[in-house]
Amino acid sequence: MAIYRRNYKPYSGALTPAWSRCFVLFRYSRRNLFRSKFLTALFVVCFFYPVLCLLLIYLVHHATFLAEIGVRNQIFSIDNEFFFRFMTVQGVFAFLMTAFAGPGLISPDLANGALPLYLCRPFSRAEYVLGKSSVLAILLSQITWVPGLVLFVMQASLAGPSWTWTHLWIAGSLVLSSLLWIAILSLLAMALSAWVKWKIVAGALLLALMFFGAGFAQAINAVLRTESGHFFNVAYLMTTVWNALFRVDTEHAIPVAQAWTALLVYCAICLGLLMRKVRAYEVVR
Amino acid sequence: MSTTTQRGAASGESEETPPAAPLPPLIELQGLSVQFGNRDILRSLTASLRGRSIGLLGPNGAGKSTLINTLLGFYKSSAGSAQIFGYDIRTEVGKIRGLVGYMPENDAFISKMSAVSFVQMMGELSGLPPDMALERAHEALFYVGLAEARYRPLGTYSLGMKQLAKLAQAIVHGPKLLILDEPTNGLDPSARQRMIRMIREIRDGQEMRIVLCSHLLRDVEDTCDEVLILKQGRIAHYSNLDEERRANKRFLELETYGANGDFTEAIEKLGCECAVTANRMKMILADGVETRDIFRLAAERQVRIRRMNFRRDSLEDIFLKAMES
Repeated sequence: MAIYRRNYKPYSGALTPAWSRCFVLFRYSRRNLFRSKFLTALFVVCFFYPVLCLLLIYLVHHATFLAEIGVRNQIFSIDNEFFFRFMTVQGVFAFLMTAFAGPGLISPDLANGALPLYLCRPFSRAEYVLGKSSVLAILLSQITWVPGLVLFVMQASLAGPSWTWTHLWIAGSLVLSSLLWIAILSLLAMALSAWVKWKIVAGALLLALMFFGAGFAQAINAVLRTESGHFFNVAYLMTTVWNALFRVDTEHAIPVAQAWTALLVYCAICLGLLMRKVRAYEVVR
Repeated sequence: MSTTTQRGAASGESEETPPAAPLPPLIELQGLSVQFGNRDILRSLTASLRGRSIGLLGPNGAGKSTLINTLLGFYKSSAGSAQIFGYDIRTEVGKIRGLVGYMPENDAFISKMSAVSFVQMMGELSGLPPDMALERAHEALFYVGLAEARYRPLGTYSLGMKQLAKLAQAIVHGPKLLILDEPTNGLDPSARQRMIRMIREIRDGQEMRIVLCSHLLRDVEDTCDEVLILKQGRIAHYSNLDEERRANKRFLELETYGANGDFTEAIEKLGCECAVTANRMKMILADGVETRDIFRLAAERQVRIRRMNFRRDSLEDIFLKAMES
């Protein structure tokens, strides 16, 4: 039908499956996200370190070239600590990406009252949260475990099957540690932006939570002469879990199991806060 | 509380027009109650609404928007139940939402999106394939009169344009029921006229049924054939405006010159009830008596009829009575 005809006609064609509709939200949100040149630039910067790591892996396996430039081959070893360092660096980038991209996903919808428009359709609150969080999940995956696995595959292909089989657990650690970090960051960013409804403030709050959380934890530890303050430091909890996952020997103030539990509790709290705010209309009791 | 007659056999048409086939029930409320904390917002609403265009009237805070939001599943009912197109609002809300287009009262948009992207996205969320959603987004924006402005970000729209964009997103997926919550809020008179004309067009298109929630009597009177008046969370009055209009066609008000007892007697002999004050007469026409009979009697008795009105209760009268009750 020609669009210039000013009349209304009903729709009787086929509908897309209900499960596919949260991808609509993903598609539009991601497109909006990359309208920002700053975010696009930051996203590109996030790949610098993986490329550097890729280069290092290549060099380590090309001893003749290293000898030519006068570098001893033993300087770099591609092991669990290498991947742990990779994860730490990419984790910081993931945090920065979340701080800038995360709050813009939900807060504009809440600020402009758009939620009734989403939720009056055959589209649930859970699907809304899933659609929005998938933007961050996929974005952060692209800079954490996906390049991590590429590095692992590169190393495996150059080092041979014996190295691959003995270090296969590293691949699992890469994925698991990334997914946990992605879940924490996504839920924190979205919960904060849902409650603040102002994306700049929500971004600042996320940064503050990480930096002041560490300070607050130290203050509690010092004043109460305890180690329990670390439970307020999300970054510390995460590092504890990562150390365990990558089998890096470090002393930790709190047991790994407690760090896991604390992180999962953080996720549950954020999810609860998020679902409380993601409603078509708030009920004033 | 129910109605079985519909638009078509309605106001102003000849008495001989056969009534249209009854529409299936649109909304059925069975003791529907909603509580927020300890506050009763809706109290045991029971009604069966079948009209093509249903108005929800009431003063601010009467529970109109709460009723709509409960029907859409945004609020949970504390007691009772309700069905839309036969689907239960508690267990089949997904099916209901698939059939409904909703235009909320407040600002609801995504400011940085262009109108066409916004409406397309809403269409896709309702289940339209992307290419079809794009085509229908253009159509809907043309239809509501935003064709020229459809590539502009919604944040730059005037209030009236935002209302039209909200209407476009509500109709893009071709719903069977269009719920409009205060659609003329904040519109200037000409924009209001445009909106009312569009709602009438949609109503007359027969493709969609409409629930219009407003505190503006004029809007409801202009567009609806059934009215549910709410007051403090209760149904204060239900009125089928079509039936009212038809019934009121029997209620005449005359202003005469030269009338005497003979004229009144002649009218009463036709079986009509009469009340006379000075040169004004009010009468209820008996069945089978038409206005031409009154003119004939007047002509035979040299009585001049200066004015003849079908006196009917306006919606304002109905509303005020409901509020006083």
